[in-house]
Amino acid sequence: MDLNDTPEQAEYRKEVRAWLDANKADAPILQGEGALTDPDEILVAHRAWQGKLAEGGLAGATWPKEYGGQGIGPVESVVISQEMQEAGVPGILDVIGVGMLGPTIIAHGSEEQKQRYLGPLLHADEIWCQMFSEPAAGSDLAAVQTRAKHNDDGTWTLNGQKVWTTNAQFAAYGLILARTNPDIPKHKGMTMFIVPMDAEGITVRGLRQISGEAEFNEVFFDDVVIDADSVVGGEENGWGVGLTTLMFERLAIGLGSSSFGYRATRFAEAIVADPVAASDHEVRHNFGELASELEAIRWTGYRSISALRDGQIPGPEFGLAKVTTVNCAVRAGDLIADIIGPEALDEESEWAYMISFLPGLKSAGGTEEILRNTIGERVLGLPPEPRLDKGIPFSELRAKEKEGAPA
Amino acid sequence: MNLGLSDEQQFLRDAAADAFSRVKTVEAAREAIEDDSALPNMWPTAAEAGWLGLLVSEENGGAGLGAYDAMLIAQEAGKVLAGVPLLGALPASMLLDMGGSDKTEAVAAGELKASWLPACPPSSLEPRWTVEPVEGMARPDAPAATVDGDSVTFTGTVGWAPDAGEAELLVVIGVDSSGEPVAAAVDADASGVTVEADWRYDATRRLATVTLDGASGTKLDLGAEQIARAWYLVQALIASESVGTMEAALEVCLEYAKERYTFGRAIGSYQAIKHGIVEILRRLENSKSLCIYTGFAFSDKPDEIAYAASCARSVAGAGLDFTARQQIAVHGGIGATWEHDAPLTFRRAQLNRRLVGGHGMSTDRVADELLNGRGPVVSVG
Repeated sequence: MDLNDTPEQAEYRKEVRAWLDANKADAPILQGEGALTDPDEILVAHRAWQGKLAEGGLAGATWPKEYGGQGIGPVESVVISQEMQEAGVPGILDVIGVGMLGPTIIAHGSEEQKQRYLGPLLHADEIWCQMFSEPAAGSDLAAVQTRAKHNDDGTWTLNGQKVWTTNAQFAAYGLILARTNPDIPKHKGMTMFIVPMDAEGITVRGLRQISGEAEFNEVFFDDVVIDADSVVGGEENGWGVGLTTLMFERLAIGLGSSSFGYRATRFAEAIVADPVAASDHEVRHNFGELASELEAIRWTGYRSISALRDGQIPGPEFGLAKVTTVNCAVRAGDLIADIIGPEALDEESEWAYMISFLPGLKSAGGTEEILRNTIGERVLGLPPEPRLDKGIPFSELRAKEKEGAPA
Repeated sequence: MNLGLSDEQQFLRDAAADAFSRVKTVEAAREAIEDDSALPNMWPTAAEAGWLGLLVSEENGGAGLGAYDAMLIAQEAGKVLAGVPLLGALPASMLLDMGGSDKTEAVAAGELKASWLPACPPSSLEPRWTVEPVEGMARPDAPAATVDGDSVTFTGTVGWAPDAGEAELLVVIGVDSSGEPVAAAVDADASGVTVEADWRYDATRRLATVTLDGASGTKLDLGAEQIARAWYLVQALIASESVGTMEAALEVCLEYAKERYTFGRAIGSYQAIKHGIVEILRRLENSKSLCIYTGFAFSDKPDEIAYAASCARSVAGAGLDFTARQQIAVHGGIGATWEHDAPLTFRRAQLNRRLVGGHGMSTDRVADELLNGRGPVVSVG
């Protein structure tokens, strides 16, 4: 059992550390003392920092070299995030673009698309957003209704609505999953497009969460016309392209942020601050339970890295880490707020923010229920639930759903 | 970073599985509930396999292996509910070896059966060495120890000590007049020693309540930290054993959920059943991760042993509890009858959660370590 780097990883870590030492003075302060507060200033500073990281080879490092990456493996990319955390500098701004959408274009895009879009994406000159989910297509993503109709001149016209779209308010481009053929079964009739977010007919509206902040948006499309060459990965191949994006999403959630910064030591400080709480049996029991589960997640992360190092795919422990983390953080928020009382719910309090954020996080990137289905079926081999939508043209399915719904 | 098993560790684990496969352990677990003599004596199995000297240094005739190696054997034992005396014998052999006992070689060779009497190190809420009560919530002080040169005399009672009933040598921990822990090797047939062998609910787990009334033994040269290590070793072993039991139960649940049909479909297709089984998997994987951490703490981070082992026992203990009940639920009514093995898992879980401090004490210990700034030191590279 060995937690140390291999000689090659140690060498790489040294390089990363040296670069960060030389450049961390340029990093914007986004949290804690002296943090920027003006959203526009934050955006400008964070963009510049991503550009700097890209120049240093620390953004999109797993991308192939020909598109601006370093062609490194997942273990080395963990080294980068560890060192950035150690150095106390923020990561890149466009996590979704660099981690998910860029890799999707690399996998499925045309050479022209790769040459045009990947460079500015990596350097944060153009921010990207992901437009997959809709009000009636979340867990059942293949139910998207946003319609793309082919025009006689080869262009496409988009109509519909997307939701949960992070960064749409300042994105230059978006990757959108739309239905191009409703007369075939739902997984088959979709196509992926690149959309310029300043196109006429697009309306972006902030969607405020429990905290009152709008961290993501709704995006409306009213007769939005896009170019003929904006299709990614071929017509009616949208589902396949989308699955690639979701695979990168799972990898990003698993490797980058399975603990989302929810560490037991952080919660311990809040409990110690109240001596009555620190010696209360019930508080200690609650805290001990959630802290030991969070500790398990740290070691699950190490197990995943160890598996990757050996060329294996990380096992089921990987997918369930998010469930554990979110539920432990929910418990911790309740526990600490119970100790502090109503004052914990002050709008400025870090605990109020955490408590408000978690109910949404529970569904983000796939609800807990869908995750348990997926792991039950794919990892444990349990049979899926019978489905009523297989092999039926999407238009018929919609008609049936309308019939079934109460008037 | 490499957290996989070495070739030697895989061999050790496979050898353990092989040794247990030659004894019908699960059948024995069932029959022994009604017939004491049905329980196979696993001391010779442990001796032949070399486990009694596993943690003993090579110069004292042992294998000089680490806690994680012992945990791998415990995990195999847990899979088949084998009543092997790891919880008493392994900490005893470790303390005898570290404490310079001249009986270590005989113990490592399996010629002398030694067992440890559990003693729990102090915490900020319970700032004294305590032992298992015979009944009730109040934890008694560790036996009073009077030291006279190399000889220690003990007075006190220790409840529910695993494997102590068959032992010829007891490793006893008491406290001197200043509250410092003192360990000694006491012959089980020495004057003033009363051993009441017994068991409860899980017939594979042989227990004993030991009363010491002026019983003397030979002092072991051990500090408080070394003595405490035995407690955490056993927390780690119980956690690993629980991992094995959970693993076996998960397999049984999966098989049934795929082949049992209701309303025209396999029950594993229903989310209520599926999610419950995935919850077993979640708790199992978390427990495994913490067992790896505990093994690492024993080999590389001694300051984190208390925290890591307590995390492992807490999560694996609660995990086994959940699993035992879920296994019955998945199987419906039959899971609660002797027609099925699920009640044996349940009996194991019920006793486990109350044994050697119960997993609740480990949960509190996790909080205690973190709230007193003794959590993990995280560094990378």
